[in-house]
Order: sequence, then structure tokens, then C-alpha cells
Amino acid sequence: MEIVLSAAIGVFAGSGIWLLLRPRTFQVIVGLILLSYAVNIFIFSMGRLTIGKPAIMPKGGWVNAAEYADPLPQALVLTAIVISFATTALFLVVMIASKGLTGTDHVDGREPYRSGETK
Amino acid sequence: MMLATEHLIIAPILIPLIAGALMLLYDESQRKAKLGISIGATIALLFVAIELLNRSKGSPLSGGNEISFYLLGDWAVPFGIILVLDRLSALMLLLVSLLAIPTMIYAGANWHKQGQHFNSMFQFLLMGLNGAFLTGDLFNLFVFFEVLLAASYGLLLHGSGQVKVRAGIHYIAMNLAGSLFFLIGVALIYGVTGTLSMAHLSQMVVNIPESERPLFHAGAAIMGMAFLVKAGLWPLSFWLPITYMASAAPVAAMFSVMTKVGVYVILRLSMLFFGLGAGASAGFGAEVLIWGGMATMVFGMLGVLGSQSLGRMAAHLVLISSGTVIAVIGLALSGGGTSMLSGALYYMVSSTLATATLFLLIEPMSREEGGIAAMLALTADAYGLEKDEDEDEEVGLAIPGTMTILGLSFGVCLLVLAGLPPLSGFIGKVAILSGMLGVGGLPPYLTWTFLAVLMISGFATILGLVRIGIQTFWASDSKPPKVLAMEFAPVILLVLFIAAITVRGDSVLRYTDATSRALHDPLIYSVGVFSSRQTIGTEEDE
Repeated sequence: MEIVLSAAIGVFAGSGIWLLLRPRTFQVIVGLILLSYAVNIFIFSMGRLTIGKPAIMPKGGWVNAAEYADPLPQALVLTAIVISFATTALFLVVMIASKGLTGTDHVDGREPYRSGETK
Repeated sequence: MMLATEHLIIAPILIPLIAGALMLLYDESQRKAKLGISIGATIALLFVAIELLNRSKGSPLSGGNEISFYLLGDWAVPFGIILVLDRLSALMLLLVSLLAIPTMIYAGANWHKQGQHFNSMFQFLLMGLNGAFLTGDLFNLFVFFEVLLAASYGLLLHGSGQVKVRAGIHYIAMNLAGSLFFLIGVALIYGVTGTLSMAHLSQMVVNIPESERPLFHAGAAIMGMAFLVKAGLWPLSFWLPITYMASAAPVAAMFSVMTKVGVYVILRLSMLFFGLGAGASAGFGAEVLIWGGMATMVFGMLGVLGSQSLGRMAAHLVLISSGTVIAVIGLALSGGGTSMLSGALYYMVSSTLATATLFLLIEPMSREEGGIAAMLALTADAYGLEKDEDEDEEVGLAIPGTMTILGLSFGVCLLVLAGLPPLSGFIGKVAILSGMLGVGGLPPYLTWTFLAVLMISGFATILGLVRIGIQTFWASDSKPPKVLAMEFAPVILLVLFIAAITVRGDSVLRYTDATSRALHDPLIYSVGVFSSRQTIGTEEDE
């Protein structure tokens, strides 16, 4: 399970970073989304990986830590998902505004090539 | 009454939240009401901040450091989220509210008409700032960072236009990536220690097993990246001048305190986690802060010398200011002594006020000549070609003697930022240097390099600002610009604040001195926070 999870984080993060460094805004935003997936899974994995363990304290108040899934990272990840979703949506709006105002989807708001040249 | 004083700590977060939400109910035609609410809210914030500042001084009984706390949801200490008020956070709260009032008034003159919901976003920005200064929990810090960033995205784009949107894309992408770094760092720290409470962490750092310590350091370093981006440390600061130049004047003035949020978090966390008592972790990251800070100062200095416009120059002055404080934090981490850090705190307050004043001055100064007054060299004799078209639309009281007041305020900024006597910038720099030389706990090459960089950066500031000053105030023979009283008042207010911290320099320095001593002893913070356990009812102790 560890291998699969770390491979998933690695692939998400790697492709996210590559896309983040691309010149088109759409690529940047997809890169940011992929990166945030990687980060979310990473936060989740910091609560240690367990299968079939409850995250809720049994009645009586005492828990065996080995038989128990840490609920805190799950709560953190939920917050992180909501926040990154909202900020990504906001970025999307700015991206569309930029396309409308500058007429290009380049991150610098202008094309690096002159009109006569081939891309 | 008891209830009210206890709950005062959360007031700096609630006041702007409620004010901001309330103003969403008004539509854009009711600007007067909105302005009234927001100015009322910021004044209330100021009173709360002053009261909290007095409280944080504590009594001689508590050693002059009163750590107040507010348990959200009434969870016992390391488990729930906690708001902590100590001297440093009280100082930052006061700085924010001192800046907020003039900027709010300034924005009321003209700026808030240029887009929607300016006042609400401004209040949410204040909420995020105050929350970040108050929180004692790493993840909660992330949440407040996002609140202030989301508000700042909106404020940056306020007024729209190509330049702003172009700068906005870079700024938002940069900060979204920064937030992801923050999360990775927080997750790593949680994975190693199992806690997110700053006080709890500072007690645990010594006992982290050696095999796990590199992981903890990696987490702290990755998280630090997010703060250094905000603070504008050199290789991470290229977004800053463009963003600050593009934003509207009152927004830029408020942004000058946003770099200080990054500086604040760096200061708070490195002193708590990597202070002298942190065992194997002591002094972690100090070199990065020292050399990065000095590189930032040099970069800012070159930027000031190379700038053709006042806006760009002011943005680089922000860099110099935060670079100086970051370098001093690094030096303090490697044993530079408490009085040096105290000087840096004083310097931070005065330079933040001065850069904010400068941002507010830029627009009136370049108004008459159609925005090119501050341009130098080739364009210098071309001014007067374009008339400001919206000048006739302005309503309100325009006052005479414009150039005199503008010039004097500009002079005050120059003196403070360059660190010339008799104003507060000089006192701050002297306090830093005398603290550094007096204690002598640093290797000489560090001391002298820092001294040289600090001096030269001051000199570069004089050169750059005087050049612009001569161009605008002496060499210009056109008739003075029309400036509204509502734009003058905030500038004068800020100048008065600067004058106040200069005249009352000794009491401010006494305050920062005690702050710096408390920062050097993380036990004050963590024991103070953990003492909250005794105040909760006995049944929660088990």
C-alpha cells in the first residue's frame, strides 16, 4: 500500500510541477490542481496508513493507538481540500479575465512570439 | 464584565468579520454607509489593540509578560485550536490597526468607487492578518493565511485593468504554490511530532528522536518557504515589485504590512522551535535567514537605484525593510543578543509605517503631470503633456499648500527609510547596530558584513528618493496638483504616528526590548499557554 500511495503522490506532484512551469494559464491551473491532490494525499498519509480501523473513540474513552486511525489528518485534509478548491476557482476567474483583457492565454499576458513568426 | 475582558482576544478577528459581512448587505450606491462602517470598525480595532497591548505587558508579578489565551471550543490545550496573545502579537495587532485607519480614509476619497466590495475585502484582509498574528496553532495559521490571501487577491484586482490582472495571475499562482508548500510542511511536522500547537511543539523539539529530526527540519524548511515567499526573501521576491506597483495606492499601503506577516511567522516559529534551548535543532536555518536577508537588502538596494518610478522604488524599499528584519532574526538565532532583535522590531514598525506613507504619496505626487512626474531622465522634460482627465470629477475639499505638505511628508519618509536622524528610522538602526556590537556574540565577519550592507542600503535609499524628490518638488514648475483633504489627512496621520514613535522612542523601545527577551525564552510562551489548563474546570483534567 505504501508503494502505491507514494507512487501516486510522486506522479501527481511531478506532473503538477511540470505543468506549473508551462507558459499557458490552463496548464498552470491544471498543474496547481494536480499538486494539491498530491499534497492532500500526503497530508492524509501523515496519519499513518491503516485499514479497517475506526477513527472514532469507543465508548469508555480509552483507545489502543495501534487499533485506531488518526482522525486529525482527515480533518486537516478536508479543510485543505475546501480551501484549495475555493482558491483554484478564484484563480480560474482571474485567468478568464486575463484572457478577456489581454486576448491571450499566456501567463505573462502577452505572446512571446511576434505575429509573423511560427510557434 | 469578566466575560467581556476574557473574550476581547477574539475581537480583532470578529470585528472585521462582522463589519465585512455587514457591508455585503449594502449595495454599491451606499458608499457613505459602507465607509462609515469600515472606519468605525477599524477605530474599534485600534482601541482593542491598545487594550490588548496594555494587557500583554502584564504585571511585575508575571515578569512583565502576560500570555493571554482564548480556547476555541474550550478544548484543553494541546488538542484544540488556541488563540494566544503575547507581546509580539499585540505589537503586530497595533501596527495593523494603525495602518488600517489611514488607508481606509484614503480609500474613501476615491479608490473604493473603482470596483465592488472594496470595503468588505479590506475588512476580510484585516481579519486574516489579525488571525494570523493571534493564532497558536499551525494549521489555523494556514487557514488565516488563506483568508488574508483570498482577500488580497480581490484587493489587488480592485479597479481591474490589464496591468492588475497580469500581475494578479503571477501573484495568485505564486501564493497558491506557496500554500501547498505550507501544507506539506505542516503535514511533515504533524507526522513527526503528532501535534500542531506551537507551544506544544516548542516543548517537544528537544525530545524528537535523532532519526526523526531531519524529517522535522525538512518540514520546517518547506513550511518556511511559504513564509519567505510572503516576506519577499531574495530569490523568492520577484513577484513583489510588480504586484505592489500594479495595485491601487491604499491597497499597496496595506500590502506593506503583508510582507511583515511572513516576517512575523518566521520570527515566531524560529524563536519557538530553533531558539537557543532547542538542543540539536538550535539555530536551524539561521544561515539562510542571515544571507538571504542580506541578499534581499542588496537586491532591494539595486532596485531602488535602478528604479525609474516611485512605485517601483517603494516596492524595493519594502524589500529592504523586510530583508533587514529577516537578517536580524537570523543573527538573533545564532546568538546576536536580545537588544538587537528589539531594535529590529522597532525598525520594522517604523519602516512599515514609512513605506505605507510613501505608497499613499505616490499617486497625489504624480497626479498633475498625468502620472509621469516621477519618471526621470529622458521623460523628465515631457511632463505636463497629459492632463489628468478625471480631475474634474473629483468632489470634496481640495486644500492649498499642496506641494509643501506633500514635500514635507515625502521628506519624513525619506529620513525614516534611509535611517537619518532625527526620526525613528535612525533610532531603529542605531538600536540594531548598538545591540549587535554591544553583545558581540557573533563572528566578526558577520557583524561587519551586516553593518556594511545596512549602511549602504540606507545610502542607496537616500540617493534614490532624493532624486525623485528633486524631480517632483524642485524641478517641477507646473501648478500643484489638486489633492483632496481626505487624501491628505491619512498621510498626515501616518506622519504623526511616525513622529509619535520617535518622540516616545524610549517607551516603544522598552516594550520591544521586553518582547525580544520574551522571544528568546520560548518557555514563557509555552508555559503561558499550558497554564490555561489550570483555569479550566477540574473534570477536564483527566
